[in-house]
Amino acid sequence: MAAPNKGRRPAAGGQSKPGRALAFILIAMVALTGGMFLSHTTTPRLGIDLAGGTSITLKAKAEPGQESAINKKNMDTAVQIMNRRVNGLGVSEAEVQTQGSDNIIVNIPKGTNSEQARQQVGQTAKLYFRPVLTAQPTAAPPTPSASPSPSGEATPTPSGKASPNASGKATPSAGKPSSAGTPQGRALTDALKAPGTPTPGASKPSTPAPNPSASGDSAAAAKLQAQFAALDCSTKEARSKAAEGAKSSEPTVACDKDGQEKYILGPAEVDGTDVSKAQAVINQQNGQWIVQMDFTGGGSKKFAAITGKLSQQQYPNNRFAIALDNQVVSAPTVSSTLSGSAEISGNFTQASAQDLANVLSYGALPLSFQEQGVTTVTAALGADQLHAGLIAGAIGLALVIIYLVAYYRGLATIAILSLVVSAILTYAIMTLLGPTISFALNLPAVCGAIVAIGITADSFIVYFERIRDEIREGRTLRPAVERAWPRARRTILVSDFVSFLAAAVLFVVTVGKVQGFAFTLGLTTLLDVVVVFLFTKPVMTLLARRPFFANGHPWSGLDPKRLGAKPPLRRARRTTSAPVDNPKEA
Amino acid sequence: MSKLGTLGARLYRGEVGYDFVGKRKIWYGISILITITAIVGLAVRGLTMGIEFEGGAAFTTPKTSMSAAQAESAAEAASGHDAIAQKLGDGTIRITIGGIDTGKSDQIKKELAKDLKVDANTINADLVGPSWGETIAKKAWTGLIVFMILVVIYLAIAFEWRMALAALVALIHDLTITVGIYALVGFEVTPGTVIGLLTILGYSLYDTVVVFDGLKEGQKGITKQTRVTYSEMANKSLNGTLVRSINTTVVALLPVAGLLFIGGGVLGAGMLNDISLSLFVGLAAGAYSSIFIATPLVADLKETMPEMKALKKRVLAKRAAAAAKGETEEPQDDSPLDEDDDPQTAGAVVGQRRQPSRNNRGKRR
Repeated sequence: MAAPNKGRRPAAGGQSKPGRALAFILIAMVALTGGMFLSHTTTPRLGIDLAGGTSITLKAKAEPGQESAINKKNMDTAVQIMNRRVNGLGVSEAEVQTQGSDNIIVNIPKGTNSEQARQQVGQTAKLYFRPVLTAQPTAAPPTPSASPSPSGEATPTPSGKASPNASGKATPSAGKPSSAGTPQGRALTDALKAPGTPTPGASKPSTPAPNPSASGDSAAAAKLQAQFAALDCSTKEARSKAAEGAKSSEPTVACDKDGQEKYILGPAEVDGTDVSKAQAVINQQNGQWIVQMDFTGGGSKKFAAITGKLSQQQYPNNRFAIALDNQVVSAPTVSSTLSGSAEISGNFTQASAQDLANVLSYGALPLSFQEQGVTTVTAALGADQLHAGLIAGAIGLALVIIYLVAYYRGLATIAILSLVVSAILTYAIMTLLGPTISFALNLPAVCGAIVAIGITADSFIVYFERIRDEIREGRTLRPAVERAWPRARRTILVSDFVSFLAAAVLFVVTVGKVQGFAFTLGLTTLLDVVVVFLFTKPVMTLLARRPFFANGHPWSGLDPKRLGAKPPLRRARRTTSAPVDNPKEA
Repeated sequence: MSKLGTLGARLYRGEVGYDFVGKRKIWYGISILITITAIVGLAVRGLTMGIEFEGGAAFTTPKTSMSAAQAESAAEAASGHDAIAQKLGDGTIRITIGGIDTGKSDQIKKELAKDLKVDANTINADLVGPSWGETIAKKAWTGLIVFMILVVIYLAIAFEWRMALAALVALIHDLTITVGIYALVGFEVTPGTVIGLLTILGYSLYDTVVVFDGLKEGQKGITKQTRVTYSEMANKSLNGTLVRSINTTVVALLPVAGLLFIGGGVLGAGMLNDISLSLFVGLAAGAYSSIFIATPLVADLKETMPEMKALKKRVLAKRAAAAAKGETEEPQDDSPLDEDDDPQTAGAVVGQRRQPSRNNRGKRR
């Protein structure tokens, strides 16, 4: 972008028409600040470290042999799912973003239940549908299910059961009322069926017979049996540990998520990622909450195959466990071959139906994640830090201004004005970037902005020194300003490009906090170029016409005598030969 | 200031100047010494890595009257790990506990809150898993290498490969010094440090570019004259841009100093301090290296070119001839590439410039 300009003569339009450049930048400033007020965002969005809140960094973990699973698509899906999860908490303004190739940053503003969010987000949930081989209530079976509710025998409609539609798009059985209420004791009696078909009678709560259909060698089966017998589902920790390390391709033991029941589950037949959509709806016929789910193309096939097999089985082997992180969320019975879409009915409340739907829709992250870091910042500390950053920035700015005034005197006015323009542009852009690309000002970004004061001021120094050099050559101010510009411009462009390159590389390869810094630095470097070209140079051209500067007033910073210019003899000659600028006014 | 102004003028015209290039051996020596010290320091003392790299947790309490030692024992009791507590300037305590994983932190935070008799919600926690640091470090290295390659390519195009190479050496030199100082003083390395360090990349080069730009101008048409060798030209051009270089460095350092001493000082340890500390060290090193290392290095590289060797020969021969005639050597102060000055006027200028300057104090040659 900034190839050094070799030609020094074509000093560009800026020189002859300073008014145009100034008008342009003025319009830009007005437009940006106007946009700021119009969009009612007058302050930049603050990052978690300044506003207070919790920031969680998650890193995708590749499973051996599946490193390619960490790709943009999967990361984006994961972000989407996590976003639903945090916002499902009723958290407002929580943001989930990918950073780098394999990181996700979750920022939860202060005032929300960060602990709960952390649990939800960090959950490396893996959702599988596994056939139930054995099920057993852990404690005393819940009373309602012990006494067979009147449900079961409730008129199984022929359409639903006898003729299982292969398509799964079960022909709605003509509004046949699914008369009897859904069975009680949901864990035992959830039913999985094609949408529209009435509840097929859930069989009696049965005393489960531990008979794992002898799949696999008997040794493994025996081991599984032993595990099953020893399985303790009484505490939360025990439940989450129960099936730890279970492979999706092998049978495993698992607990119900409430610890009511324990299972031996077959290998996973359908993945959570096969579910394309799930939602909780009210069954119009009986006013019960049910969960409807749709499968993706591949998922439909798998689902049809397994439900076809399961529907032939007897209880409990006709059950299909929905296991989230190897805890059974729901284990409905299957009565027919289903594909495409299905619904789960049972004794749902709105909340529990919603929960299950959420699990089905968003429960399955395509990747597993590891919590890399958690930062909790109270608003008080964040405000303190912002305060300190602002003080530091103000002091840094003041120091630079003092130095510039002391060294460049009158010229410093131009530098300060340019800094102000630069500051306004930076502030407005940062503010506007908040809603547009969710840029948030964090502490490193504040640092970047402060450091940028130096970069911006450097450009002026390069230019001013060039002008002074020209004056030392014996030129008068006006030609000096024009002649110094192409040379200074090249230096400014080359060095700004190097700065920008550093910022861009930093931005691309780094994560988290570093990115904010790199972004600010890159932005301010670009703005520096804009300001120097469209503001500093034109203003310099205009001021060079003022007697105060042109005649080298001792306080102008351009006093030829003080600068040690060559004697006037040469100057006179110079003036005539030097490019004359067009005195058109703005 | 006016004195500085005239000094700038005299530097520009080459009336005064320091022989940076001629005395390069000294500066190379010093730099090699510093580099060795830095490497030894790094090898012997190693870097003090922050919890961000080791994994662990840092808690910042609200203002409390409790002493650091008390907080430390409370934290150790709560976590079962070694803890380090520091009382910060504003009365808050920062407690760092290494080796705990992120899962445990909530519990520790609660216990800590109980022990310190504050609300758990007012304690800031910064928890980092141990593998995170590796990621950050890896990314930092990637960034560093990518940047170096890109910038060398760019500088080779914008200037020439010799300058690109010299700039790269200067850059590595700056980074080594900065890292060495961190090792020797024992400052903690945090992501903030890494940010600062990576920023030095751009900044150190900014300064070098300003100097090289002058150099590039200076070397135009150098082979067409017989008054100065490349090294002499480089030195003059370096002196000519010295004020610019010093000013840009000072102006860059001022905000960083503000950050470091005021922003950081108010709050004690923190990211502001970490970034600004490494920036401060790196910027200072960067200013030094662009003047004392990069330019002499370019001169050295250039002097190996056949045409520059030939030039040097011619220049020396001419001087020898002049000396033999008993003439005083004509001070060479005009840049041979004042492009639009034709040779005749250039000669006239040299004549003009030999007027005694009003103030010769500080003249060192």
